[in-house]
Amino acid sequence: MTTEIDIQHLGFAMRHAWLVPAFPLVSFVLVALFIRPLSQRFSAVVATLAVFSSWVVACAIACEYYRLCPPGGEHPVLVPWAFEWLRYQPGFTVNVGVIVDPISVLLMLVVTTVSTLVHIYSSGYMKGDPGYGRFFAYLNLFTFSMLGLVAAPNIVQMYVFWELVGVSSFLLIGFYYQKPSAVSASKKAFIVTRFADLGFLIGVLTLGYFAFNLFGATAPAVSARTAAHCTMPLQPMDFLYLTSPEFLAKFGALAAGSTGITLLTVAMVLVFMGAAGKSAMFPLHIWLPDAMEGPTPVSALIHAATMVVAGVYLVARMFPAFAVSGAALLVVAYVGAFTSLFAAVIGTTQDDIKRVLAFSTLSQLGYMMLALGVATMDSPLGYTASMFHLFTHACFKALLFLGAGSVIHAVHSNEIWDMGGLRKKMPITHITFLIATLAISGFWPLSGFFSKDEILASALANGHTFIFGLALFVAGLTAFYMFRIYLVTFWGDFRTDKAHHAHEAPPLMWIPLVILAVLSVVAGYVPMGKFVSIGVEHAEHHGINFAIAIPATIAALLGTGTALLLYTGSGSRADAIARSLGGVHTLIKQKFYIDEVYLFITHRLIFNLVSRPIAWFDRAVVDGSMNASAWATRASGYLFSWMQTGQVQSYSAWFACGAMLVLLVLWAALI
Amino acid sequence: MGLLSWLIAVPFITTLAVIFTPASQWKAVRWISAVGTGIQLALTALLTYRYWIAAAPDTTATMVAKLTKLYFVERIPWFESLGIQYFVGVDGISVSMIILTSIIIFTGTLASWNVESRTKEFFALLLLLVTGVFGVFVSFDLFLFFMFYELAVLPMYLLIGIWGTGPKEYSAMKLTLMLLVGSAFVLVGLFAMYHVSGLHTFDLQALAGASFSKDFQTWVFPLIFVGFGVLGALYPFHTWSPDGHSSAPTAVSMLHAGVLMKLGGYGALRIGVYLLPEGAKAWGLFFMGLTTINILYGSLGAVMQKDLKYFTAYSSVSHCGFVLFGVATLTVMGLKGAVLQMFSHGIMTGLFFGLIGMVYGRTHTRLIPDMGGLAKVMPWLATSFYIAGLASLGLPGLAGFVAETHVFLGGFFGNPWSNPTATGVLTILATMSIVVTAVYVLRGLATVFQGPITVAEYETLTDATLPEKIATGMLIATLVFVGVVPQYFITLIEASVMPMINRLSMGS
Repeated sequence: MTTEIDIQHLGFAMRHAWLVPAFPLVSFVLVALFIRPLSQRFSAVVATLAVFSSWVVACAIACEYYRLCPPGGEHPVLVPWAFEWLRYQPGFTVNVGVIVDPISVLLMLVVTTVSTLVHIYSSGYMKGDPGYGRFFAYLNLFTFSMLGLVAAPNIVQMYVFWELVGVSSFLLIGFYYQKPSAVSASKKAFIVTRFADLGFLIGVLTLGYFAFNLFGATAPAVSARTAAHCTMPLQPMDFLYLTSPEFLAKFGALAAGSTGITLLTVAMVLVFMGAAGKSAMFPLHIWLPDAMEGPTPVSALIHAATMVVAGVYLVARMFPAFAVSGAALLVVAYVGAFTSLFAAVIGTTQDDIKRVLAFSTLSQLGYMMLALGVATMDSPLGYTASMFHLFTHACFKALLFLGAGSVIHAVHSNEIWDMGGLRKKMPITHITFLIATLAISGFWPLSGFFSKDEILASALANGHTFIFGLALFVAGLTAFYMFRIYLVTFWGDFRTDKAHHAHEAPPLMWIPLVILAVLSVVAGYVPMGKFVSIGVEHAEHHGINFAIAIPATIAALLGTGTALLLYTGSGSRADAIARSLGGVHTLIKQKFYIDEVYLFITHRLIFNLVSRPIAWFDRAVVDGSMNASAWATRASGYLFSWMQTGQVQSYSAWFACGAMLVLLVLWAALI
Repeated sequence: MGLLSWLIAVPFITTLAVIFTPASQWKAVRWISAVGTGIQLALTALLTYRYWIAAAPDTTATMVAKLTKLYFVERIPWFESLGIQYFVGVDGISVSMIILTSIIIFTGTLASWNVESRTKEFFALLLLLVTGVFGVFVSFDLFLFFMFYELAVLPMYLLIGIWGTGPKEYSAMKLTLMLLVGSAFVLVGLFAMYHVSGLHTFDLQALAGASFSKDFQTWVFPLIFVGFGVLGALYPFHTWSPDGHSSAPTAVSMLHAGVLMKLGGYGALRIGVYLLPEGAKAWGLFFMGLTTINILYGSLGAVMQKDLKYFTAYSSVSHCGFVLFGVATLTVMGLKGAVLQMFSHGIMTGLFFGLIGMVYGRTHTRLIPDMGGLAKVMPWLATSFYIAGLASLGLPGLAGFVAETHVFLGGFFGNPWSNPTATGVLTILATMSIVVTAVYVLRGLATVFQGPITVAEYETLTDATLPEKIATGMLIATLVFVGVVPQYFITLIEASVMPMINRLSMGS
């Protein structure tokens, strides 16, 4: 079924799609420059209202989009609003705009919803902090950047906002700027993702070069119908151009030298490097656990629900290009699968509640990546599943972090061993946390069950049996480490006085928890296959496939059972196992020493063997030779200064000698 | 007297006014300078407005024709027997450089509000120097150009030697000597062109009509490029820069790194590429290689610096490398990027050096490890410093990003005269600096501003004063403006690099 869309006559929300990022931007400027010095309280109100307004507009856009393109039908990409931002050269322009298609609509909803709830939560959580107003300004800046990223209709805009979310993340991780650990975590996050962005940038340059040169400035690479969905003429950097079959067919045929790898694969792997940095895929994951130094609402918003899924979003956005390359898609699948396992293993041994959740986020992001990696254009269930999981994960992971924040707020510690018995003191936090734990562990009938089910089904359907098995194992691990922290935090005895005197969070904090808990329960019932799809083939929402649901549930039950066995009653059983594992346990607990490897490479090798020698070389050799030439000039001056006697006699003698010499030379030349 | 002559005259008149003010009235000297540079800023605004109206691209078709012309031309014969004339005019490149200079000198004046020793002489020399800079940017006669160029370089010796810090005489001497050697190269090149063209003129546009042989261009181009390159911190002739900048007083560093170093890139573009296109083609790849070293070497060198000024000086070596790299790519995007990078680096580095001066005025140290936690007591300065740092690591939304992506795209797209693989590889090497820049900027700034306050006396330090806030605020606003709505600037520059691109592509 095809739908005819008149791009010039859309409804109000579509024509004004720029309002979605504009609200938080305006609010950021107002709060940062004017409101913050006047009133902290009012800053929070303005910031929250701005994000809420974005949510309203995003909802209106979603309604209008699905009214134009009903669920279950074809879902074209629209660019209802854009303007010429930067003309690099004729035929090579960047049009900043808003893209509207199923995944951007989904992400806009997720970002604005979670952001609004986090704003509300923070107004309670951050109370009494001297940087209260600054915090809300940063949150707005982040929300603006993230919405700009989601709305990007071209890869340059994506890169621009990609960097801006990086900066807002940097600012928020380092929010407590007087705390050295927060400062170094923020630096680390920025530098690691910056390194990944280098790959992204080179990928963008490569794509831009070929998009511009393969067709010249004249030939539009996409069909007229697609182009009719945009308000501006298509440009080489536009996603519609880069993912068009015409471009990919031509570009995909070019080999990189005689390596047998196509240039397309090279470009897409480079782009994926950026995605892997932002989504903290192995081996670029090291920044995310440290990022937990930021205030907990930040971890919920940025480092669980929104910014870290930007990498997944980018891969989904460029999916047709990855699919044509094939090899690049396999890289995505295996990196995702490995990360999900690797992070889950580490997650079982950490004692900081936020770090466990961080590793859990890594693992779940790996899940989303592997789902994309196993999809193809003909069998795109994984694509839908990935977006589905992104959506459900945003709900329950934000809930977990906010719940953790509520606990931390009460006991003033991140260590799970400082908590215990909190279910009696904090009933709302406890119930909502339990719901989220069940959801992430994949228990029916909560949301996580459905999205995980779809991921497993897509892996199996496309013949990735190994990845399927691995994902199943990770599902078990997930249930284990989640129940571990849940049991240690909320059950057993109060381990400290702080835990004993804990009390429930204020309503501003628990209301968002309840809303997210409701979402975590019901999100699984959205027929995602009807809303989000790619290609002509529609991903069937297959109901419950018992061949997959049963092993998945068994895995979850096994994980939960093990956690119950080890972490109820005295902790001695867990300790005994840890002891018997000895070095392996330490290796895992120290996160496989990956951080130390990086530190060695950067500090020992690059700083000491490259940077320091260059600094020395510059002073000693380059500058030294300049000084040497100056010295030589001076020395030759001294050398000849003895001739300057001031005596006419000696001058005339020198003159005579010189004249003789010239005559001799002339004479020699003549004969 | 035309607008451009006024643009040269106003700083010169201000210089005279300062000279004739009694030295005891040093407060009046500050105000005279501020007013003079303020008028200059207003004149620049007027010039920009009138240029925009006159050259306004009403349709795309007429854009190139309108913007490639020179505007507000004044021609007065000077030494007719030698073919030297007073020939001034502006195109988009000149206008953008004039805007840069006006902003920097005005904010530099505000940043030097506290110079209390020999205030009069200081401002007189500073303004004389700026007269030279404005002169260079409007001159289209090579002799006039060179005269103003020297006028801009020489006062630096006194400014650093007298008002500087540390080994100031050594630094001043080194800087002056190295720049003069560069000038000598340029002078040889200019005379060679004058002589070989046989046209008996120094008129830049007339010389463009001369048919220089390929061989001639091939040996003159490196003289011009290296000669100007010394001022643009071309590797390996950049070593005056760390010493010079670290010894110079605040406003001089601002002006020197912000504007004077741009004369190098400007000259290489305006004279080197424009007059000697065949030479540029022959040497393009070589200089791309050399400037790639600049970019990486400067940024890697900055990582280990302990002194904030050395840190910024090495950073400038890296960023000025982008200017010359852009010029050497010989592409539309590269040349545009070079001009834009001159502008954005000028503003950014002016901000950096201004802020260093302000911080130094409070802590009396510039050593990074000696400072810590200053953000708590000086939030304005810390925020400004971070914005400058983010601009220098190429954060989108600030001017540096637009310039750098132009340069990268230009290099990556390559030109028909150089091996595409080589240009591509060099560009990829150059892009690596974005990571290194992030490393040194964040490491340095985190040490200075974040963490707990390390020295008890720092607890009582104060944040920026009003003149300081105006100065930093103006510079930041410029960075943001160009970064957020770059197309105005791009339009200004784009058509003015087209004559150079046309001459490059004509020969082949």
